[in-house]
Amino acid sequence: MKPKTAILTGYGINCEEETSKCFEWNGAETEIIHVNDFIKGTKKLADYQILAFPGGFSYGDDTGSGNAIANKIRNNLNEEILKFAQEDKLIIGICNGFQVLANLGLLPATKKYGERQAALMHNNTAIFECRWVHLKTHSSNCIWTKGIEKIHLPIAHGEGNFYCDQNTLKKMKENDQIVFRYTKENGSPADGKFPFNPNGSMEDIAGICDPSGRIFGMMPHPERFNSFENEEGWELKKEKLIREGKPIPKKGEGLKIFENAVKYFQ
Amino acid sequence: MAHRIEIFTKVNDAKSAVMTEKLHALGFNTQSSIVAEVYTINKKFKENELREVAEMLSNPVTQKYLIDNHAHDLDFDFAVEIGFLPGVTDNIGNTARETINDWASANNHPSFQDDESVHSSTLIFLKGNITEEDTQKIGESLANKLIQRISVKSHEKFMADRGMDTIVPKVQLNTRAQSDEVSLNLPEEELLKLGKEGIPESDCKKGARKCGRRGPLALDKESLEVIKKYFEKEKRPPRDIELESLAQTWSEHCKHTIFAAKIDDNEEGIYKGFIKKATQEIRKNKGEKDFCVSVFKDNAGGIIFDEEWVIADKAETHNSPSALDPFGGAITGIVGVNRDCIGFGKGAKPIINKYGFCVGEPDDEEPIYRDKKLENPALSPKRILEGIVEGVNQGGNCSGIPTPQGFVYYHKNYKGKPLVFVGTIGLIPKEINGKPAWEKGAKKGDKIVMLGGRVGMDGIHGATFSSEALTAHSPATAVQIGDPITQKKMSDAIIKEVRKKNLYNSITDNGAGGLSCSVAEMAKECGGCEVQLEKVPTKYPNMAPWQIWISESQERMTLAVPPEKIEELQKIMEKHGVEISVIGEFTDSGRCIVKYNNEKIMDLEMNFLHDGLPRKELKTKYDLPKNPKPDFEQPEDLTETLHKMLSRPNIRSHEFISTQYDHTVQGGAVLGPLQGKGKVNAPASITKPLPESEKGVIFSQGINPTYSFIDTYHMAACAIDTAVRNIIAVGGTLEHMALMDNFCWCSSNEEQRLGELKSAAQACYDYAVAYGAPYISGKDSMFNDFTGYDKDGNEIKISAPPTLLISSLGVLNDVTKAVSIDPKIPGDMVYILGETKPAELGGSEYLAMHGFIGNNVPKVDINNSIKLYKKFTDATEKRLIASALSPSFGGLGAALAKKAIAGQLGMELDLSPLLTGLEEHPRIDNILFSETQARMVVTVAPEKAVEFETLFKDIPHYRLGKITNDKNFIIKDFIKTDIATLDKYYRN
Repeated sequence: MKPKTAILTGYGINCEEETSKCFEWNGAETEIIHVNDFIKGTKKLADYQILAFPGGFSYGDDTGSGNAIANKIRNNLNEEILKFAQEDKLIIGICNGFQVLANLGLLPATKKYGERQAALMHNNTAIFECRWVHLKTHSSNCIWTKGIEKIHLPIAHGEGNFYCDQNTLKKMKENDQIVFRYTKENGSPADGKFPFNPNGSMEDIAGICDPSGRIFGMMPHPERFNSFENEEGWELKKEKLIREGKPIPKKGEGLKIFENAVKYFQ
Repeated sequence: MAHRIEIFTKVNDAKSAVMTEKLHALGFNTQSSIVAEVYTINKKFKENELREVAEMLSNPVTQKYLIDNHAHDLDFDFAVEIGFLPGVTDNIGNTARETINDWASANNHPSFQDDESVHSSTLIFLKGNITEEDTQKIGESLANKLIQRISVKSHEKFMADRGMDTIVPKVQLNTRAQSDEVSLNLPEEELLKLGKEGIPESDCKKGARKCGRRGPLALDKESLEVIKKYFEKEKRPPRDIELESLAQTWSEHCKHTIFAAKIDDNEEGIYKGFIKKATQEIRKNKGEKDFCVSVFKDNAGGIIFDEEWVIADKAETHNSPSALDPFGGAITGIVGVNRDCIGFGKGAKPIINKYGFCVGEPDDEEPIYRDKKLENPALSPKRILEGIVEGVNQGGNCSGIPTPQGFVYYHKNYKGKPLVFVGTIGLIPKEINGKPAWEKGAKKGDKIVMLGGRVGMDGIHGATFSSEALTAHSPATAVQIGDPITQKKMSDAIIKEVRKKNLYNSITDNGAGGLSCSVAEMAKECGGCEVQLEKVPTKYPNMAPWQIWISESQERMTLAVPPEKIEELQKIMEKHGVEISVIGEFTDSGRCIVKYNNEKIMDLEMNFLHDGLPRKELKTKYDLPKNPKPDFEQPEDLTETLHKMLSRPNIRSHEFISTQYDHTVQGGAVLGPLQGKGKVNAPASITKPLPESEKGVIFSQGINPTYSFIDTYHMAACAIDTAVRNIIAVGGTLEHMALMDNFCWCSSNEEQRLGELKSAAQACYDYAVAYGAPYISGKDSMFNDFTGYDKDGNEIKISAPPTLLISSLGVLNDVTKAVSIDPKIPGDMVYILGETKPAELGGSEYLAMHGFIGNNVPKVDINNSIKLYKKFTDATEKRLIASALSPSFGGLGAALAKKAIAGQLGMELDLSPLLTGLEEHPRIDNILFSETQARMVVTVAPEKAVEFETLFKDIPHYRLGKITNDKNFIIKDFIKTDIATLDKYYRN
């Protein structure tokens, strides 16, 4: 079955088109939907199997990144979103979308959905960072990252510094909820060191899932590595491939994450 | 009584930590600082309601809050609060208001009324060995007094007052919302004063010696006399709004009077006689291969991208506002040029942002003042750059538009007035609803619709102000702060939803001159308009009609909408949270009519409004300067010289800007701002705008301001060649390349400056025609001068160097053929293509380092460069080039070093092949650092060397050595260093 995928937009969300493409290329039926269409009821969350909160600058990060739009959803769509989270459906939040999921209490949700337990705080540098990072997968639980051991992806955020209290962190580990950690180029832990860990995130955390592995949030942008030429340093890879007489690949590695979601429904 | 919510971060408080560091760096004796966010809520709430509100505005995981209470247990010596002055856009306050309103309506609370509001501010608690005066200074170094208030309290006073004062910054206008008649029957001196300083305030008594003025009209004697005659014919005096409207429409900023003027015996003038003429000839020469679709007539210029898509490009400057408020000026600039793109044809989607900042020298702290009393200092170059960088950061990042390309250029003469170049490339289908997407036109009977933000006092007299030199009289209201999110909502609604529904006949941006320019401009399409000005939503009551009409409040577009389509448009805008107002109707009456509460306050002939402006006639002269002959020996240690060159501000890395600008959003990045493992700033970038296609957009920029001190003709030629060859270097072709011109001149009322201008324009014509690269859009800013006082009170004038930015735009059919700057594989051969002329040191970074300008400026040999570029395109098409970088500032030496750093690979080089070709034995330093144009430094795989050399057999090419694996950078007999050391100097 082709999962019906709703890509949220509005109020400064800005990665909806490329995110939608990544789902579409992997065989999902996609629709970019303004948050007000759900609020007004012209569209119903219940009609979709996958819900994506794309990256962007909802409300310009005013009152905290992802906070104002989370408030809007909580004030208007609380029941619908909690119901969606509890069903056998998938949710992804990328960058600003991750911040929204954290503010909605859908991540990490170690106890229940709807309670804020984690925050994506200002980067340690207190400045917006746009650069490529190396990630290593730590969870076997997360549906979105099956078959991915490590991946190279870009980040672009001012508030990506993951924080939660020690209790929550412990719970997350017990539940196998820590999905991605920042590493050095050789795969060894970033250990909080800039620029490998670009924001100062606790335990180098770059992405987490809920205890069920269906709801996933990550700071890096897999949709921005949709083709081979997107990757930082692809020119060197290309030159080597040409000299070895090998073909130049087309797809970007970020697509794998979207493929996993679509496969879940097949 | 308003409420105060103060929010403190209890873990990982990066903002406070960075603030502490920043204050140390600024030299203050502070030990620690604690930064709190403050919301002042000007609406009645109960305590439990406020708690819910505070929960929403803060994060319980990391923050705690105080409601109507003060932080009595904090350890500090002084507290300083920075908030906005009345009327200044407060984006955070607006969002908080929306959040609270949303919550209120979901919980059956009354929503905000017009006189209720939310305001944000920042409160900083400081501990250290500081005085109240120091704290005030700290406030001043963090805030901009033009737009922000600073409140300081000692610990003692803070405790006694139980906290900071609750301040609600509300605008209270004393103006009356009416329109006044203005007499033009004045003595000449008074009339000229009216043109220069503006209409006297209406409360000004007759014969009073000192009179408040409304701000510059920038109307000269000739214009004023024409206007006087027009109203004599109309048998009535003008209304204030009519004069203001004419001043806006006729401003240098809008009508480009200098570019339109007859210049010496050239009847057509600079624009028609050189720039537009070049484009016309090129298009004719190209015949069927002409790729231009809409040039010079719209908000941006458009060229064919592929069978189905068109790309549009526009570059703007926002110089004067950026001098006063760098952050506000720059953010307004970038979101403004985005709107040019959204206003191209039926609306293009912005896909790429570009920037270029020309600022004073980074370590120049010597104060200069706008006023004789030395009370009004200009901001330092460092402060200006910080603000500009942050402005484009917020504008571009928040809008979701990648900013992969840009530069910073430092020169002491930009100290008084920086140049802020911002550009946007857009994408639009060739056809929308079966019609060419670039065609549009308001029709008689269409409603005039304004979309976007509300109108306030911000940006009044922006257009006339930017046409004047910066002085103490420059109006503070000229400063605006953009709100990228308001614009993003509007842009999404138009581009992603309304455009394809055929709901409007025309669209344009509200930029300079506000409604007065956008409505009058669109009215040309059908022949008239009638506006009901009271229908324009304003930010606060009591704005005078003329203010509403010319306000440059941001994030607005004007549309021509058929009456039957208004309702559908309103629904869509409501969904997107975009304010929409119908403010009048387009007509064919031949007149531009404005009413306010049914009273006709403006009634001008369209012809007079648009074409009544008397054409100027300009006289020029150009005496080429004679600069002192450079006189210094070749340095003994050229390794040290190379290191010093690499750390020069105009050569070194500006990675700190590149990594804070999102350059990967929209998912089409191919070649970004930083290339190679060593992350070196590259001069050209490539983006793949359509995910399913392998086609790429290439874009670059060329600028050589110091060459203007020798000869503006060659300055312009070099800027063009730089922009062109940067595109060629990454894989582009002369066949599919367009240019844009942005002139930023100075003192354009002086014959010599105008002579420099004409000479540069001649080069613009000559080189564009030769390369076959048409200009598709352009802009000019003619008075980039600062007049003021030095620290001893002596009058000074600082004029920006005559500056021309050339932007280039190209198309690459297969992005996998893109060539980056970094050498890739040890063993690859290093070549230089094109002749190096060691004497061409004039205006170079190398002479500047020795305190000279010189006279022998680089000259572009057009025949050779065309031959080279065509062959180079063949070579990239055949994948013969592994890496390429064309030398610019710092010449061959800097190019080689940058390549080595980019690849993080060593080089073993020998310059002797270069020397054998030259008659006399030249100085090696001159070989290394002359800025001869039309050259490329490339690396080539050894197995492709024969094919490469055969291809370039008729073009000067020299094999200089090879790439090595050992991280040493060696030029035989002259330079011995390593990558790590080069890297260190490059990053300085």
